[in-house]
Amino acid sequence: MYAQLVKSEASAEDPIRLAEFQARIDRGEKIEPKDWMPAGYRKTLIRQIGQHAHSEIVGQLPEGNWITRAPTLERKANLLAKVQDEAGHGLYLYCAAETLGVSRDELFEMLHNGKMKYSSIFNYPTLTWADMGAVGWLVDGAAIMNQVPLQRTSYGPYARAMVRICKEESFHQRQGYHLLLHMMKGSEAQQRMCQDALNRMWFPALMMFGPSDKDSVHSAQSMAWKIKMNTNDELRQKFVDETVRQAEFLGLQIPDDALRWNESTGHYDFSEPDWDEFHDVISGNGPCNHERLEARKSAWNDGAWVREARMAHAMKNSERRLAAAE
Amino acid sequence: MATSGITRSATVSETAVFEFLLRQGDNALVLGHRLSEWCGVGPALEEDIALANTALDLIGQAKMWLESAVGEIDDSRSANDLAYLRDAWDFRNLLLVEVPNGDFGQTLLREFFFDAFQLPWLNALSQSSNQRIADIAAKAFKEASYHLERSAETVIALGDGTEQSHQRMSRALDYLWPYTGEMFVDDAIDTHIESVGIAPLPSSMRQAWNQTVDSVLSQAQLARPQSTFAHSGGRTGFRHTEHLGHLLAQMQVLQRSYPGATW
Ligand SMILES: [Fe+2]
Ligand SMILES: [Fe+2]
Repeated sequence: MYAQLVKSEASAEDPIRLAEFQARIDRGEKIEPKDWMPAGYRKTLIRQIGQHAHSEIVGQLPEGNWITRAPTLERKANLLAKVQDEAGHGLYLYCAAETLGVSRDELFEMLHNGKMKYSSIFNYPTLTWADMGAVGWLVDGAAIMNQVPLQRTSYGPYARAMVRICKEESFHQRQGYHLLLHMMKGSEAQQRMCQDALNRMWFPALMMFGPSDKDSVHSAQSMAWKIKMNTNDELRQKFVDETVRQAEFLGLQIPDDALRWNESTGHYDFSEPDWDEFHDVISGNGPCNHERLEARKSAWNDGAWVREARMAHAMKNSERRLAAAE
Repeated sequence: MATSGITRSATVSETAVFEFLLRQGDNALVLGHRLSEWCGVGPALEEDIALANTALDLIGQAKMWLESAVGEIDDSRSANDLAYLRDAWDFRNLLLVEVPNGDFGQTLLREFFFDAFQLPWLNALSQSSNQRIADIAAKAFKEASYHLERSAETVIALGDGTEQSHQRMSRALDYLWPYTGEMFVDDAIDTHIESVGIAPLPSSMRQAWNQTVDSVLSQAQLARPQSTFAHSGGRTGFRHTEHLGHLLAQMQVLQRSYPGATW
């Protein structure tokens, strides 16, 4: 549906300019904010970068849930620093989106009124300390699979933001993995927490790559524009292939009876996630949709007086400077 | 006097230094914890990131102070044991840092009162006769000067900003003011610490603190409260607020629920 919308927008453009634009992308040139671009390209990018930015800041919440309960000073500092990195990612991405002519406030408004989404994974709860390991390992791990190719995306500011972000995401993933590794050497209760975290998070992590290619609506045009670099199923397969080995090393059981190595494809066969659940979650009925959105909205509303006061103070200051200069 | 469960009989001087270091470490730990409660829900992304930065600095400082505390008395406990396995009565932080955050303005005003003390205090401690204390203080001083710059600037902006922000800051000021006096109360430990050249008396910081506070409050269009009443009982551990127990219940939950587990 959206692809058709984009296509019709693309076709409303001057065909010569469109062809030149496509040729630039095909040559591997980067598109910069001041360059001409089709309206559909701009719109698709705003949606994608905006949703990515929202995912970073909503993604602060499930991990923020454990900062005050982190079990050692080192873990507390690591987790706090990690969640702070995610806020930083949000900031870079909102800045990248701003270069396309949409403000951070406008994007926030669209998040708050439900017009824009964020990654479905953050609508799942974090229930034990092992979730801090599993989120790093699986969620940041899946994010890396999605984002590493985007370092080569056609839009310059987005590609550059991705380069900075990917470095930090791989650090997060290692940190999460090591957290689990440590717990798996611990008590029975700790091992149980780890397995429970994987049981709850495995399929939601697979959903992070989006619907199956046969049901994915806006792939073709995005791939031609190099906004999207790989199909959802390619990335999902790559993630499974890498993660299965890591789970084995941890001594954890992936909760999928159909999981097995396929000699002929050279990949693991695995069960698809429950797509009905996925659609429930993205349409607002995940376990934490309500909490996440309310937390963002109340942070924004409760902080309004602070933002207003800062602006008012800056105005007063410049008036005072003007008055003093007269 | 409570001795925070020291495991062997330490000398008077060792005990005093241990207590002194707990006071430094617990202030940083409890305030760092309070600031970390803001993570993800600040009024703007920039504020969120800045609060997390300050919290990280303080947690790092807490770790250094608590490590040196156990080093001082040759205690078999670790800094984490001190943070996660002591009960409220063994904590030695100011009441100021344990009271709830309130709104963003109250959090930053509290931060400012603390920073305005810490800056001259850490500066003095960086000349301590105890080299380890001097080293920690020198590192923390750099962080504190950045914290003070930011908290002072924020208090000024919010006090001066709008009618609503001014009202909120006035209320926060009334609430927090009676918790500031505890910073300057000298006791027997302070006298001993001063006599061996480890640190000046806390009361000697009063003048520098007054100067910073008066200047910032006046730029913030806020009237300094007349009251000199001061709550106390945190630094000595005699009587904390009700809030500390809840903070610790949350902070210590995993260490308490799974004794002996490592994380
Ligand atoms: Fe991120
Ligand atoms: Fe991350």
